[in-house]
Amino acid sequence: MAAGWFETTRAGEDVILRAGGSWTLPASRSLDSALRQLSVAGARQVLFDLAEVEAVDTAGAWLIKRTRLDLAAAGIDAVVRGAKQRQQALLERIDQVGALPPLAPHPSFSLIDLVAGVGEGTFHALGQARDLLNFFGAVLIAIARVALRPRRIRFTSFVNNIQLHGLNAMPIVGVLLFLVGIVVAYQGVGQLSRFGAQIYTVDLVGISVLREMGVLISSIVIAGRSGSAFTAQIGTMQVNEEIDAIRTMGLDPLEVLVLPRILALMVALPLLTFFANIMAILGGAFMATLTIDVTFAQFLSLLNQAVTLTHFWVGMVKAPVFALIIAMVGCFEGMRVRGSAESVGRLTTQAVVEALFLVIVVDAFFSILFSFLGI
Amino acid sequence: MATADPIISVRGLRTQFGTQVIHDNLDLDVRAGEVLGVVGGSGTGKSVLLRTIIGLNPKRAGTISVFGEDTGRLSEEEVRRLQSRWGVLFQAGALFSSLTVAENIQVPFREHADLPPALMGELTGLKIELAGLAADAGGKFPSELSGGMRKRAGLARALALDPEILFLDEPTAGLDPIGASAFDQLIRSLQQSLGLTVFMVTHDLDSLATICDRIAVLVDKRIKVGTMAELLQDDHPWIREYFHGPRGRAARHSDD
Repeated sequence: MAAGWFETTRAGEDVILRAGGSWTLPASRSLDSALRQLSVAGARQVLFDLAEVEAVDTAGAWLIKRTRLDLAAAGIDAVVRGAKQRQQALLERIDQVGALPPLAPHPSFSLIDLVAGVGEGTFHALGQARDLLNFFGAVLIAIARVALRPRRIRFTSFVNNIQLHGLNAMPIVGVLLFLVGIVVAYQGVGQLSRFGAQIYTVDLVGISVLREMGVLISSIVIAGRSGSAFTAQIGTMQVNEEIDAIRTMGLDPLEVLVLPRILALMVALPLLTFFANIMAILGGAFMATLTIDVTFAQFLSLLNQAVTLTHFWVGMVKAPVFALIIAMVGCFEGMRVRGSAESVGRLTTQAVVEALFLVIVVDAFFSILFSFLGI
Repeated sequence: MATADPIISVRGLRTQFGTQVIHDNLDLDVRAGEVLGVVGGSGTGKSVLLRTIIGLNPKRAGTISVFGEDTGRLSEEEVRRLQSRWGVLFQAGALFSSLTVAENIQVPFREHADLPPALMGELTGLKIELAGLAADAGGKFPSELSGGMRKRAGLARALALDPEILFLDEPTAGLDPIGASAFDQLIRSLQQSLGLTVFMVTHDLDSLATICDRIAVLVDKRIKVGTMAELLQDDHPWIREYFHGPRGRAARHSDD
């Protein structure tokens, strides 16, 4: 089939627009620009002669219709003739369509929008903080309710979550912390050996791992691994109306879905942190035996002198707090999912970013607190 | 309008999932310009048949020809060209949730057609109008639409490239009776004015009675095709129960 074409001839006050070929979507680009440039100045009537047109689709029919509307606006009559029966049905259908309102334009950028955007973002962030605090309160109430009636604890879900988010995370956490131990020891040896104090690498590894690195890196891994999973799981259930189903059965989604996850992570993360500490110290010891002149046994005895139980507890006490933050933010964002798959993805990202942000902020508060307490 | 050459021709089709055979030695012809309704009990593979014809499901044996071309022997390029000649409306609309209705409709335009922006905007508005949506629906996101509007938006997207065949997967499921009958009429009027061939999987007896030219019934892993009148004479137990059951009778009477 030939591509669509047309040509115009004048007959007195009439213009005859002889069209042919297939007036379909592939030809519509060239027809569109040609028809927009159509000049029929001084004409009284335009005759569309479609006798040679082989095919018309909605794009072609629309171009004819639009040209007729344009002509009518200029006070020129337009008549269509010669359309085949099938084409006539389509032309008539398109004719029923009125002038189309323009689609909403894309928002343009301006300075005011920027300022408004900042303000909107601030309000949004504050609202979000308030909602999170609300959620925290609701979780505490649910915990209290369950504490009064311990039979309501979802024990199976709780244990399952410990396995999924604690036990199954051990390989990745173990490998990562072993490597972190190596890195810390390597940096320590490099700097401390410049004034002959490389033996203090043991102190460096022991204290930094026990107080900060162990719990912080474990929390980061868990925020990425479990916090995101909580949001995605609960969010997908929200999309499928499963949460609504839970509610209509007289169950509390907080009790059924949120509490087991939060409690499980508060048990799992301290245990993981303990394991992470061991792995990081092993990594440090491995590096130390390679680079400075100590044996593994000497490393351990030096470590025993360097760190006290306080260092250990300073790190461990943070683990359940970080776990609470990660699990709560993950579940909170999951419950906020509305409608679509896109919302699940967006809020999952948001959950991880927020959890990491809050974990590090709270870690800084812990540091300030401990320094005041002189620990 | 129907011509002798079938527009879709399925021969000896066999599909199975694992060891479960869904269709076995199934033959089906769809004539150009007709509305074919496909019915069958739950689990008989109506949607699977549709998905197999449009190439979303692998077939174990048999041939499927669309527009006289064997879909199993086409190159990737030819399959893409074929895909621009049919439109599919999935059960829940399957609109892209991150795009507005207008942007959803423009996806096939951007992929398969080379259009200046102004014309694309006009054609998008035209499709929205043809699908019976309010003009302001174009700027809305799918999550802001009701189920019926989502189906209309899905239909508008399926119609974007002026397909010759329209595949509909349970178009009226989940709509209220008034919405369903309006949707039936919409499909019928579009089918007539655009000269479409419609392949429609449905459970809706009213749709069958009002807009389908022929009905294909999936029984015993095969298909029986006929008009409503022919199928009423059929003595297969499932077909009898389907068309002579209380709902079948009600639908037929409302049509009389």
